[in-house]
Amino acid sequence: MFYIRCPYCEEHRDEQEFHRVAEANLVRPSDPDGCSDQEWGEYLYFRKNTRGEYNELWVHSVGCRKFFNIQRNTETYEILNTSPV
Amino acid sequence: MTEINRLDSGGNIDRTQKITFTFNGKSYTGYQGDTVASALLASGVNIVARSFKYRRPRGIMAAGVEEPNAVLQLGKYEATQVPNILATQQEIYEGLTCRSVTGWPSCDVDFGGLIGRFMGKMLPPGFYYKTFMKPAFLWHTYEKYIRKAAGLGRSPKESDADRYDHVHHNIDVLIVGAGPAGLIAATRLSAANVRIMLAEETTEMGGSLLSSQQDINGKDAKVWVKAALKDLQANPDVRLLTRATVNGFHDHNFVTVNERVTDHLAEKAPTGQARQILHKVRCKWIILASGAHERPLVFGNNDVPGCMTASAISTYIHRYGVIPGSRLVLMTNNDNAYHTAIDWYQCGRTVIAVVDTRPNPEGKIVQKVREMGINVFAGKAVIDVRGRNRVTGVVIADIEPSGQAVMGMLTTLDCDTVASSGGWSPVVHLSCHTGCRPKWREDIQAFVPGSHRENILFAGSVNGHYDLANCLQEAVNCADQIILNESLTVQEVLGDFKVESALEEPIMPLFSIPHTKPVMQSPKQFVDFQNDVTVSAIDLAVREGFHSIEHVKRYTVMGFGTDQGKLGNINGMAIVANALDKSIPEVGTTTFRPNYTPVAFGTIVGRYRNQLFDPERYTAMHRWHCDNGALFEDVGQWKRPWYFQAYPGEKMQDALNRECLAVRQSVGIMDASTLGKIDIQGKDAREFLGRVYTNAWAKLAVGKCRYGVMCNEDGMVFDDGVTACLAEQHFLMTTTTGGAAKVLEWLELFHQTEWPELDVYFNSVTDHWATIAINGPNARKLLSELCEGIDLDKDKFKLMDWRQGIVAGVPARVFRISFTGELSFEINVQANYGMHVWKALQVAGKKYKLTPYGTETMHVLRAEKGFIIAGQDTDGSVTPLDLGMDWCLSNKKSFSYIGKRGMARSDCLRKGRKQLVGIQTKSKEVMIPEGSQAVDNPYQPLPLEALGHITSSYFSANLNQSIAMGFIKDGFNRMGDTVYYPQPDGTIITAEICSPVFYDPNGDKQHVE
Ligand SMILES: [Zn+2]
Repeated sequence: MFYIRCPYCEEHRDEQEFHRVAEANLVRPSDPDGCSDQEWGEYLYFRKNTRGEYNELWVHSVGCRKFFNIQRNTETYEILNTSPV
Repeated sequence: MTEINRLDSGGNIDRTQKITFTFNGKSYTGYQGDTVASALLASGVNIVARSFKYRRPRGIMAAGVEEPNAVLQLGKYEATQVPNILATQQEIYEGLTCRSVTGWPSCDVDFGGLIGRFMGKMLPPGFYYKTFMKPAFLWHTYEKYIRKAAGLGRSPKESDADRYDHVHHNIDVLIVGAGPAGLIAATRLSAANVRIMLAEETTEMGGSLLSSQQDINGKDAKVWVKAALKDLQANPDVRLLTRATVNGFHDHNFVTVNERVTDHLAEKAPTGQARQILHKVRCKWIILASGAHERPLVFGNNDVPGCMTASAISTYIHRYGVIPGSRLVLMTNNDNAYHTAIDWYQCGRTVIAVVDTRPNPEGKIVQKVREMGINVFAGKAVIDVRGRNRVTGVVIADIEPSGQAVMGMLTTLDCDTVASSGGWSPVVHLSCHTGCRPKWREDIQAFVPGSHRENILFAGSVNGHYDLANCLQEAVNCADQIILNESLTVQEVLGDFKVESALEEPIMPLFSIPHTKPVMQSPKQFVDFQNDVTVSAIDLAVREGFHSIEHVKRYTVMGFGTDQGKLGNINGMAIVANALDKSIPEVGTTTFRPNYTPVAFGTIVGRYRNQLFDPERYTAMHRWHCDNGALFEDVGQWKRPWYFQAYPGEKMQDALNRECLAVRQSVGIMDASTLGKIDIQGKDAREFLGRVYTNAWAKLAVGKCRYGVMCNEDGMVFDDGVTACLAEQHFLMTTTTGGAAKVLEWLELFHQTEWPELDVYFNSVTDHWATIAINGPNARKLLSELCEGIDLDKDKFKLMDWRQGIVAGVPARVFRISFTGELSFEINVQANYGMHVWKALQVAGKKYKLTPYGTETMHVLRAEKGFIIAGQDTDGSVTPLDLGMDWCLSNKKSFSYIGKRGMARSDCLRKGRKQLVGIQTKSKEVMIPEGSQAVDNPYQPLPLEALGHITSSYFSANLNQSIAMGFIKDGFNRMGDTVYYPQPDGTIITAEICSPVFYDPNGDKQHVE
């Protein structure tokens, strides 16, 4: 079970207080209606899913309810950094 | 039975406390401090099990957690049954009752033994699959019998009578194992003002020192152990746990420790005590001092009772005062095992010979043994064992220095016990749980922990330091490393030691003793005792093409038992390496996974059972529902009334018919408190709603409500509900009962990550309000009797209005919204007034025959009106367009709301999508099961082309017919067409596509006077 530092609460808490939401830094296109199906599909479905260092969006769901980024290694499960969105 | 093998003195048992217990229906005695194994050995019990496949008699081989044979079913009563307990771990208490898990009718007279004896050659690895898998359909028949014959223990049929606990710890250093390394590390750290937990698997701290004759600081090692423990106990920051197995090493230094608190006291835990505790430990550092297990050598008939590991014999002598035989032959490839010969000799029993496989052993201890007058045969090996129920002798031969062949004259020695030592295997398991691989050390012929990324240090024999001086020094170094890394101040330097180094000659790389005959014709040489895996089985697996150790493991089932191959796996890997002509590190180990030893389900579950398994949520009116015949339905964690029985035993369909008619004919009342409620405030609240809902919110006036549909970015519906405008910058959103948490997180996600510039705040207020829905033509009359401050006139308080007022004397928000199509009011009051208002409505409602109804009636009534339930009629693949809800989409909004672009994708707009329509069966009394698939022609060639499935299907008492909704490809254009629903029983239901609004299509009912 991960030990995660919430950058808002500024405390380490057990993983069960959190959950993973998505890949970090997915930006909603500013003009969705101007996107082609291809572009909208990229935004909807295509993710890097990197083996190794990866940025993810998590939420402190039963804590402060804040969303934040975790930089972690998906191979070793090491957490390198957590930061506010 | 007398304790023929009990020594007159010695051992850490209390000879004044005699204990009687029962094994396989027979009564035995032992002393306080004995394990079942030590007591059985004391009484001269040879056979404790029948082997898994060949049903061969088996005896106790080891003294600890690595024991493969002595597996017990514990418990006198059904509720206290515990399967797969090791006799070597279970301490005896007065009245303890246990049996072998294998053997029928008993392990002494085993029916299967007969089969094993004659069929042994016919049971190669993969036998079950090869023999029984064809024809495939019969496997299910065979499987039942095969599994029954194979069983290892059984679970109790009654609920566990004991209680288990979980305890969380946040500490600085966890030390695994209280042998010399663990003890000295704890001692040294205890001066550094850190929180320490020292967990020891066995009953007593001290590890190898408890059966050693070495001195520390010039005194008996046991004296040193006592002194160290006394100091540690005095330190409040040190937590000492015995009978506590560290079972799992998880990510980020999270460790699970299973403490068996009362297993040694009685059948059932004493009142007020937990039987076992699962310690969940988060620590900064771990010192792994888990020690090593001695592995036996593999030789012919090495499973006959009386064959044991050398160190186990020493443990029984020193810790329990038990010597498990009279005449010993010891086979070894190393110096260390000579201690056992000395121990045996000093008990006054005969050592027939030490058989050393090394050509020329000349170490100090070898000389010492020779000086005692004990025969030491060098360059020889035991190739076969005589005897069936107990060892009667061994056959020895010369062995080549390479260990690859035996030769020369065969000699037979009479004996009743064969001890063997093939060296030591460090207990590296925990070091591997987070994915690290162990590394091979050629000099000690063992795997030690590999490189590691967590804060974990290794000390003592787990790291290959078997010599006491080296072991202690490494542990001291570990402690100092932590002190240095954490910049700790030490009050005084503890843990200095003086120990004489016992230099040993090197071990001979040898795991399996060859026989004079080829592998397939030699006597059985067992590698994994619990699973009856032999050298020839591994050999065959390799010859059949299984070259990866993971494949060999699965094919031969080596290491699959409850012991997880603690005794045999390294030998097995070496044998695979030899067969493949590879080195051991090239073959590698199988994967070590948590848990290290089996853990009782009760311990894993802890207190989270029955009511505490998952929290139940009750509304403010729950007690009334219970008292008035409600049957409940689980919706998420909520308990919602499903329907109410008017009298005990009322059938469900009768109750539903009664409730449905009552609502449409007079008035019904429903508890709608569980609907999710989110309070939304801020000057951009309105803008925000417009972005997350598909329809327009810009012009919704204070005092008005609006139904909204929420979509994902892909354009698929995921929730719906009514949102009321409470004030210009203040809204109350309702969600489905199950979707409340998800919707709140969805709103927060978009606010926090996409539109933080919007001034808007969300808060869940679901539990703050009790919501009472009254539905039916008499709803207004009923409400008017209790309501003040609201003009209920139908033109003043219109559909989709809400008003603030007083109901039954308390402040209320009343919403005129309808999910039934009837005149309907939803009364929201502060939750603690809920019961009062509910009861007041019951009293006032008597004259209208006010009828309580539950979720099922609600479902029927909304289906009569064609209203959807998000999550029942939608499944994440349905757009609002597919539901015929074009009216709910706004194209006028400047902002591209969530879902707009998604539902405009070409696939969402194409012809032939499945669309939600009404389905009317031709025979009106027939109901179509939900999930049934529609086809145009049930007689078309297979596979049938499915048009879509039924999502909702009910019997409508108001219409006296069945009604259904479902998806049909291009359904909106197929009104009036006939479709067919083939059923699993072969029948075909014929139905017609129609409008989903079955009742009151013009919507007149909600406007009654
Ligand atoms: Zn937080």
